[in-house]
Amino acid sequence: MRTMKTTALLLSAALLAPGVAFAQETIRIGVTQPLTGAVAASGNYVANGARVAEEVVNANGGVLGKKIQLIIEDNKSNPKEAVASAEKLIVRDKVPVLMGAWSSTFTLAVMPKLVEYGVPMVVETSSSTKITTSGNPWVFRIAPTSAMEAKSFAEKLDHFQPAIQKADFLAVNNDFGRGSADEFRKMLQTKGVKIGVTETMAPEATDLSAQLSSIKQSGGDTLFVTTGVEQITLILKQAAELRLPHRIITNGGSSSPDQLIAQAGAAADGGYFTLFFAPWFPEKAVHPAVAKTFVDGWNRKGYDFAGLTEGYRGYDGIMTIVEAIRKAGKAEPQAIRDALWTVKLDGVNGDIAFRKDGPEGKESGQNEANVYVVQVKDGKVTMP
Amino acid sequence: MEAHLQHLLNAVVLGGTYALLGIGLTLIFGIMRVVNFTHGELYTFGAYMAYMLAGMMGLNFFMSLAMAAVLGMALGALIEFTLLRPLKGADIDTTMLVMIGAGIAMQAGEQLVWGGVAKSVPSPFPAEPVVLGSVSVGMNRLFVLGVALLLLGGFYLLINRTTLGVAMRATFQDPDTAALMGVNRGLMYTLTFALGSGLAATAGALLGPIFVVTPTMGDLVALKAFAIVILGGLGNIPGATIGGFVLALAEEFGAGYLSSGYRDAMGFLLIIAVLIVRPQGLFAMKERIG
Repeated sequence: MRTMKTTALLLSAALLAPGVAFAQETIRIGVTQPLTGAVAASGNYVANGARVAEEVVNANGGVLGKKIQLIIEDNKSNPKEAVASAEKLIVRDKVPVLMGAWSSTFTLAVMPKLVEYGVPMVVETSSSTKITTSGNPWVFRIAPTSAMEAKSFAEKLDHFQPAIQKADFLAVNNDFGRGSADEFRKMLQTKGVKIGVTETMAPEATDLSAQLSSIKQSGGDTLFVTTGVEQITLILKQAAELRLPHRIITNGGSSSPDQLIAQAGAAADGGYFTLFFAPWFPEKAVHPAVAKTFVDGWNRKGYDFAGLTEGYRGYDGIMTIVEAIRKAGKAEPQAIRDALWTVKLDGVNGDIAFRKDGPEGKESGQNEANVYVVQVKDGKVTMP
Repeated sequence: MEAHLQHLLNAVVLGGTYALLGIGLTLIFGIMRVVNFTHGELYTFGAYMAYMLAGMMGLNFFMSLAMAAVLGMALGALIEFTLLRPLKGADIDTTMLVMIGAGIAMQAGEQLVWGGVAKSVPSPFPAEPVVLGSVSVGMNRLFVLGVALLLLGGFYLLINRTTLGVAMRATFQDPDTAALMGVNRGLMYTLTFALGSGLAATAGALLGPIFVVTPTMGDLVALKAFAIVILGGLGNIPGATIGGFVLALAEEFGAGYLSSGYRDAMGFLLIIAVLIVRPQGLFAMKERIG
């Protein structure tokens, strides 16, 4: 038994050794994303975007004279696994900075670990307002909050013809869904839109006929849906089966309209989707050249076009981290955190810079991100 | 009124698939006394087979469905032959652990082969729903309900009206006496497991085009199948059928009129209530084995 244990120890030491030696030559960046489970499509897209950034950075000589190396862990669409993956990246891989964790629920679960170990994390997707207002000085978010998304959407409200008179909500029952529904409800109320029912669903639920039947009864004209692309696919299909009369608008930016067109077919027609990057219209991006570099790198790797709307998050996230490392002059957690406050970067989404958010003395970083609304018409994505 | 009708229709359609999932599991438990933790993975397997055959290879959907069922049965027979047969006589904990391990391994395998991103199975039915007065339902869902009812009826007849059914029931009631009467016990076990697995795979292949196909799609489904089986009484086929419809009704009306966020909890609340009143399940006779 003892010999077995010793052998096992030696073996693991032998397996780890090359990794340690390798760490001297590269700067490691930890990434935790849902690569499997209920929201796997989005997590894989974000991870691919991060890989494109890794390639672009290394092709241009890396940072501080070293190449960057991503260590991507799967958080299995589960907050417990998200914590475990972050801890593994910090403790075992000794990464000085993280990017993650897609869902607000996963990010909120990871946040105490950032304080515990003193490692900064760039949040690329999560939109729950709580993330930057809870007083965690290690969190820097490039994604817009639900409140910012609602505000941007308010400016586009007049474009809808016929106008939105009564809105219903269908949101995934977690921090992302409930938070977003709250912010949009508040915004619509101030604009004089009547509010109907708010239905919720478990993140892994597949049959939503009960919720949609109740929404049909409410008599609203527009349904706001907040969840990931898998559930949006199911909602579009099931809404068509139930002849839901509503105009469907999804928010949160994780709708990947091309995947919806491929998987939901005609049921996706007429839907509106908020996005933070619209790859069909690269010329409408704030920095078209940056968007082009990203899209070209994505295509070079042969990734699916449908993933671009989500993949940009990973690209912008890693680029932000690399810029912070360059400004810090060293790949150490505290230095990277301090440097993140000074980052000014042209991103795929737009200008990236952090303003202070949350209680004084413990502020988190929040970027002012851009929001786009697209519509699917006859199986094609258009910008209304 | 319209809302009640739509909820009722939804529940009936959903109940058919739940019943299908339940009878596969209850059949295996009833006859083999094995808690099949690979049930959800066999469901997933069926969905991926439908995706591979109809989606990737472009085969006819109905043909793919039949093939997915047969492949599911073959996989079930393989599991029985390689994992359960050597464990004959082992206590229930050992068997259970092996089956849990097999389930985890199968899910990891599905992920390895197909990746984590959801796949979609092309549906042969028009997207236009069937409109019945004030309510409507997708054509593909009606097809699923039809197949489910057909299979439920078929299995009822198989168990109650055929020699094979008599042999299966005899094995269930008293394996030793059944063996003495000339029943090939080993064959009964393999056959039972294959049939139960085939039902799970069929359910997966049927629902693939309605939902999306992911490696973890079987998790919630397995949980529901267990709930249905407990509700109807372990090992009781008509019980599992009724249990499936009862669970669907509880979820649909619970979500429709109480709170949709707790839709999946409704069914389980119902089960707790049933277990307090009738610990053996709604339809099971009092335990008479062991």
